[in-house]
Amino acid sequence: MSRIDEKFAQLRSTGTKAFVAYVMAGDPDFDTSLEIVRGLPQAGVDIIELGLPFTDPMADGPTIQLAGQRALEGGMTLSRTLDLARAFRETDQSTPIVLMGYYNPIYSRGVDRFLKDAKEAGIDGLIIVDLPPEEDSELCLPAQAAGLNFIRLATPTTDDKRLPRVMQNTSGFVYYVSITGITGAAEADAGDVAPEVARIQKAGNLPVIVGFGVNTPQKAQAIASVADGVVVGSAIVSQIAQGQSPADVLAFVKTLADGAHRA
Amino acid sequence: MADDLFNSFMTGPDENGRFGDFGGRFVSETLMPLILELQEQYDLAKTDDSFWAEMHDLWTHYVGRPSPLYYADRLTQHLGGAKIYLKRDELNHTGAHKINNVLGQIILARRMGKTRIIAETGAGQHGVATATVCAKFGLKCVVYMGAHDVERQAPNVFRMRLLGAEVVPVTSGRGTLKDAMNDALRDWVTNVRDTFYCIGTVAGPHPYPAMVRDFQSIIGKEVRSQMMEAEGRLPDTVIAAIGGGSNAMGLFYPFLDDQDVSIIGVEAGGKGVNAKMEHCASLTGGRPGVLHGNRTYLLQDDDGQILEGFSISAGLDYPGIGPEHAWLHDIGRAQYVSITDIEALEAFQLSCTLEGIIPALEPSHALAHVMKIAPELPRDHLLCMNMCGRGDKDIFTVAKALKFDMSEGD
Repeated sequence: MSRIDEKFAQLRSTGTKAFVAYVMAGDPDFDTSLEIVRGLPQAGVDIIELGLPFTDPMADGPTIQLAGQRALEGGMTLSRTLDLARAFRETDQSTPIVLMGYYNPIYSRGVDRFLKDAKEAGIDGLIIVDLPPEEDSELCLPAQAAGLNFIRLATPTTDDKRLPRVMQNTSGFVYYVSITGITGAAEADAGDVAPEVARIQKAGNLPVIVGFGVNTPQKAQAIASVADGVVVGSAIVSQIAQGQSPADVLAFVKTLADGAHRA
Repeated sequence: MADDLFNSFMTGPDENGRFGDFGGRFVSETLMPLILELQEQYDLAKTDDSFWAEMHDLWTHYVGRPSPLYYADRLTQHLGGAKIYLKRDELNHTGAHKINNVLGQIILARRMGKTRIIAETGAGQHGVATATVCAKFGLKCVVYMGAHDVERQAPNVFRMRLLGAEVVPVTSGRGTLKDAMNDALRDWVTNVRDTFYCIGTVAGPHPYPAMVRDFQSIIGKEVRSQMMEAEGRLPDTVIAAIGGGSNAMGLFYPFLDDQDVSIIGVEAGGKGVNAKMEHCASLTGGRPGVLHGNRTYLLQDDDGQILEGFSISAGLDYPGIGPEHAWLHDIGRAQYVSITDIEALEAFQLSCTLEGIIPALEPSHALAHVMKIAPELPRDHLLCMNMCGRGDKDIFTVAKALKFDMSEGD
């Protein structure tokens, strides 16, 4: 049982919805980023989504694009991102970490070497935006074989005909992208999301977490109430961009987590 | 033609959009259904005679095809070797080869009921071609263009606006073609229902590399028959400039199975292909990676972060190359070389003074390589170069590079 599966089993037993927080590794610098990541579980975060910086984040809006640029300018790399996860694991053995990013830095490192290093660093799952089911042999299947969850995105354009293919090699949970668009752009609507979540829950036996367009505690609560959990990214990254201290960022995260947990 | 079909170089891509290990469909799930639909619709269109009848009618009466195959007499004499022919695709409506492909994609978009067209552009030639065809058909057109390119290609920005297109300056990254393509993809992911993404080169997720190649192949098909008419045989060498590689792929593709025809692609060497990476020569100075929906050769650092290219030519300023070129490079069917900014500028001037043709900076790179190899080749060697664009858009850049003050007049 992976850390992610254990986390959902535990949440299910208490009837609690999952709160997932996204931060970009190394934003604004390695030490500050590590301090924020270390504080996330205490702020109520159930699963950490750790952004892997990339020069060309095609599914991301300006907030996360700029976070990636700040991290890269500060010398962040895939190796340093794994260092950050490893440092987090020194003090936390139970909170799952999902690495979210794009394929090229992983491909560049070599898939086998990456999987070995990621597993060893304490990464539990991968969300790789530019690897649809059609490219499963690239990383998805090797990752599952190496004991990492491969978390797939389902979107409003994933119709019933396609959904089984999306579910086929997914594990851990399914990430439902609430809008057609990029991160941090439009607002998710719980009324639109609810039937979609139900459709995906029916298609597989996995928790469905909803992300994109969730930016307030109220929105987190509303979306979490119609799903198994909710992801907030850009709203947290904005706080870091504004130069808020780690304590203030974490205080903001706590309001979001509390919102999600009220659902 | 190939005796043995199994050895044909013209059968790619496979059903997964791969040319060998290159190509593929590396896109987000939101776009995947759109790309599958596009593939389905393109497969229907390309076997539909009425689709090609509409294309040929417009190619003839709107674009001005076939473009001439011109024997460059004085250039040949000057270089003293190979017999040099120029395929005059710069005489097309809008001044470059780009419109060959745009027509195909827009006709397809209309068949699919799409009402809004988006495009990326570097030098602005693809943007102008897209804006032109959208104006002709009354479609809404949005063109993403790097802020840096908006500045250095001002005449084309004005052209696009005159044609009714919205030009969006892209400020992410360094503000060049790569960043424009990112923002076009972000637009497409947002406007999935009514929008058709008209990609300007043989790159992107499958089916774009194959589809754009098919539309541009009119270039090579015409060269085959025109050269037969002029010389009674096929050319010995075909040569073209490469950014993403659409004019080159269009010229090369119909010759892939003619083993006696040498194929040469010319990349932008910028300030020189060296460790400083101030160039856009993906094949000569890059390595395989995944960007913009396909696996191909990319300029990237050790961490797999994409590097910004550098070239005097905005149209070649892209850190990748079409996946079919990557494959042709790896299997050795085509040869790829690079030419520096300075060499391209020399060729630009030579074309002006010897042939009365002001070339775009993109084909000036191909011409610079012709200048290198033609003198060493025998006089009966038939060399065909694609003059894929005219240089009106580049006169300000060239004036600056030659330190000519445009405000002085004469």
